[in-house]
Amino acid sequence: MTDQGQSFHNLQLTDDGQLRHFLTLDGLDRQLLTDILDTADSFIEVGERTIKKVPLLRGRTVVNLFFESSTRTRSTFELAAKRLSADVLNLDISTSATSKGESLSDTLLNLEAMASDMFVVRHSQSGAPHFIAEHVTPGVAIINAGDGRHAHPTQAMLDMLTIRQHKGTFEGLKVAIVGDVLHSRVARSQIRALNELGAEEVRVIAPGTLLPRDVESLGCTVEFDMNRGMRDLDVVIMLRLQKERMEGALLPSEREFYRLYGLSQEKLALAKPDCIVMHPGPINRGVEIESAVADGPQSVILNQVTNGIAIRMAVMSMAMGGQLADRNRKQSEVVQP
Amino acid sequence: MTAQLDIDQLLDKLETGLRQVLNERDIDAPLMVGIRTGGVWLADLLSKRLQLETAPGELDISFYRDDFSRIGLNPRVRPSSLPFDTEGRDIILVDDVIMSGRTIRAAMNEIFDYGRPDSIILATLVDLGARELPIQPDVVGRSMTLASSQRVKLRGPDPLRIEVQEGGA
Repeated sequence: MTDQGQSFHNLQLTDDGQLRHFLTLDGLDRQLLTDILDTADSFIEVGERTIKKVPLLRGRTVVNLFFESSTRTRSTFELAAKRLSADVLNLDISTSATSKGESLSDTLLNLEAMASDMFVVRHSQSGAPHFIAEHVTPGVAIINAGDGRHAHPTQAMLDMLTIRQHKGTFEGLKVAIVGDVLHSRVARSQIRALNELGAEEVRVIAPGTLLPRDVESLGCTVEFDMNRGMRDLDVVIMLRLQKERMEGALLPSEREFYRLYGLSQEKLALAKPDCIVMHPGPINRGVEIESAVADGPQSVILNQVTNGIAIRMAVMSMAMGGQLADRNRKQSEVVQP
Repeated sequence: MTAQLDIDQLLDKLETGLRQVLNERDIDAPLMVGIRTGGVWLADLLSKRLQLETAPGELDISFYRDDFSRIGLNPRVRPSSLPFDTEGRDIILVDDVIMSGRTIRAAMNEIFDYGRPDSIILATLVDLGARELPIQPDVVGRSMTLASSQRVKLRGPDPLRIEVQEGGA
């Protein structure tokens, strides 16, 4: 494990191994990932009730701290917090005080003064949630909602939940991640999760210009030819082409990209007949994926959205529970001789 | 040291008691709900004995426990399953052991999130006293007082047996 992985590990777990922040999947073992998936399964059932709410975070305040804009992720985090009975504050920092020159530390001090219990953080800088977790008041839980090119752990976990729902297990699965791996924090977290949960093969399919250097070291095989890469697949995960992060001439043209790496019905037919199609959204129809595939019977893209709420409820309640148990344990250690 | 209680005798007593309460309250089609894990095993048996038409539901009260702020979330939570509409129905809630009453409070809060039942009847196999909330079972298999070193444990589901353990801390 890298030094960075080690410090993340210590930071996001309590002394007895409970989650207290959720920053990265690095350092979380198969048992803990499975606990998150199992807990999310129970929250899916809550989402089917007349009253889709449980009292776990009643009286707690959750602040959605989005330094980078997002619709789906922010709204599913908001809904997740509300279904846990928390009070939710949404701050779109890209349009607020930081643009008036306030530093990150000052923004945090102000939010802590409002007695917040949890920050859900999205930031364009890799490591920002980790920085916040190190500097925040003890007892406040930090959840990473996507940082730079580093990680997007709740997205990866909702993808794992979707795969487990459709395939039952990770044993023996061949999973491909296709497209803009270079700019994708989701891909990094997915590769890590799939390896930890025991998938047989994780394959990335992309042009060399959209792959990070040493991508194999993340724990995957590489295929440049999509027609070859689609063979024997149980799951294909399409990534969004991140046009807003493109610098320089990484691609000849969108049309060329679609011809080579877009998921068409013809290409999907090369995979196993029960191969499921996933995409973290928002989808660029006709750029990474054909409409007929996105809306087709093998697509589970909308299941992913529903599962996103359940995964976020699981992670938020586990991290808050870890913080509270930790605080309680430390208080009783002080009282007892 | 472990002593066995006669489970069939306790179940007979629960069955008789439930028939009597249903009769007194003029309830003819109750729904049964067991609290995981022991209550689910008991609900299965009692449901058959009472020849209920609808299979019993299962509650996992982990999301409703009042000690979340002290010990965090139970990592072994499983989905609750009430495969029927509870609105306006009479519910028999079943658990293996009642002590503080907190589990039952959590279970009733959860049941109300599925809809508003007309009534809830509480049946527990063993009542150990030591109540902390004003909640009392309508039907009990056996009331007993334990020494501080003793624990009651329901084991099952097949065969279902109930033990009093000595020195089990």
